Amino acid sequence: MVQQEQSALEERFDAVVAAEQRIEPRDWMPDAYRATLVRQIAQHAHSEIIGMQPEGNWLTRAPSLRRKAILLAKAQDEAGHGLYLYAAAETLGVDRAELTEKLISGRQKYSSIFNYPTLTFADVGVIGWLVDGAAICNQVPLCRCSYGPYARAMVRVCKEESFHQRQGYELLMTLMRGTEGQRRMVRDAVDRWWWPSLMMFGPPDGDSPNTAQSMAWRIKRHTNDELRQRFVDMTVPQAEHLGVTLPDPALSWNEERGSWDFGEPDWSELQQVIKGNGPCNAERIDRRRAAHEDGAWVREAAVAYAAKQEERNV
Amino acid sequence: MSDMSWPLYEVFVRPRRGLNHVHVGSLHAADDRMALLAARDLYTRRNEGVSLWVVRSNAITASTPDEKDPFFEPSGDKVYRHPTFYDIPEDVPHI
Repeated sequence: MVQQEQSALEERFDAVVAAEQRIEPRDWMPDAYRATLVRQIAQHAHSEIIGMQPEGNWLTRAPSLRRKAILLAKAQDEAGHGLYLYAAAETLGVDRAELTEKLISGRQKYSSIFNYPTLTFADVGVIGWLVDGAAICNQVPLCRCSYGPYARAMVRVCKEESFHQRQGYELLMTLMRGTEGQRRMVRDAVDRWWWPSLMMFGPPDGDSPNTAQSMAWRIKRHTNDELRQRFVDMTVPQAEHLGVTLPDPALSWNEERGSWDFGEPDWSELQQVIKGNGPCNAERIDRRRAAHEDGAWVREAAVAYAAKQEERNV
Repeated sequence: MSDMSWPLYEVFVRPRRGLNHVHVGSLHAADDRMALLAARDLYTRRNEGVSLWVVRSNAITASTPDEKDPFFEPSGDKVYRHPTFYDIPEDVPHI
């Protein structure tokens, strides 16, 4: 009997997903579907939150009030994106505090891209152009994810990401119109960020064991390699327009495929960064932990104040 | 101060005058006032709204999630509630 009920629930779930309808928080869903979503949404949320750090380094050093204001607005958006995503994760029955705990104790991951340092102000532009560009490629299909709250959060995120990419590209165009030294800064930043940006799409399809299931559940809509190709095809003409050379000698137009051929990223580097051995892993987590611990008294004070107000109102 | 968790609030935004408030998401806040301020910062950074409601999530009473729930059955068989149920000759004006 229980077995029968279970399979009826599964059938209903499969039918909703197959019909391109959305699964909503209180619907029955397979445990593995829930676990996959929690892992993915939490990792995504953590990435937004940690992602504030590389750019935060430049908030006080941005060269003009205009650039400061833009960068500050961008960092605020990243915080907002993190919060939309934590809220979406919480609809699956987990607690934000618990997710934060898992992040700072290293039990949950965030995107490996944020473990690279931002050495010059040109990095801010390149992060907007390449890193946010890659994020957009990844995220646009997530707006059609089968889980409603995640899909809705992504719609909001994608709208705002477009500003991030455009401000980055505009920043780089400005530098490219500047002095030879400024152009050199852009080329150096592009050289450093190109390969890590390609790695943002994850390991090649052959090494991505969860992709098939995620695609069957319509959480994921395209494979890692498909998205990586889309990103390269999108970016090459933008690089040409900007006047920079992407650091890949294998990059060439493939007439037959109607796409750009490109070289293989160094996957051992990605593995190292994921394992925690990237240039900034320890620093990022330390900073996040310090912010969490230093903010404890604020959280406590807010609760105490709320309790006191409630007493007075009784 | 053992329980440090802030309650969950649901956020509703009225995009502009003449439209209903629409649910946009949720957030944690220590009290109502903080929830309102956080909702402004989180959900209306780009003039998405002219009015905000925040309500404690646990104050919402909801129907069960199942779409085929008998709860909604009373309206299922009442096609006569829809204007298209009635045949009116083509040449009758304004109806």
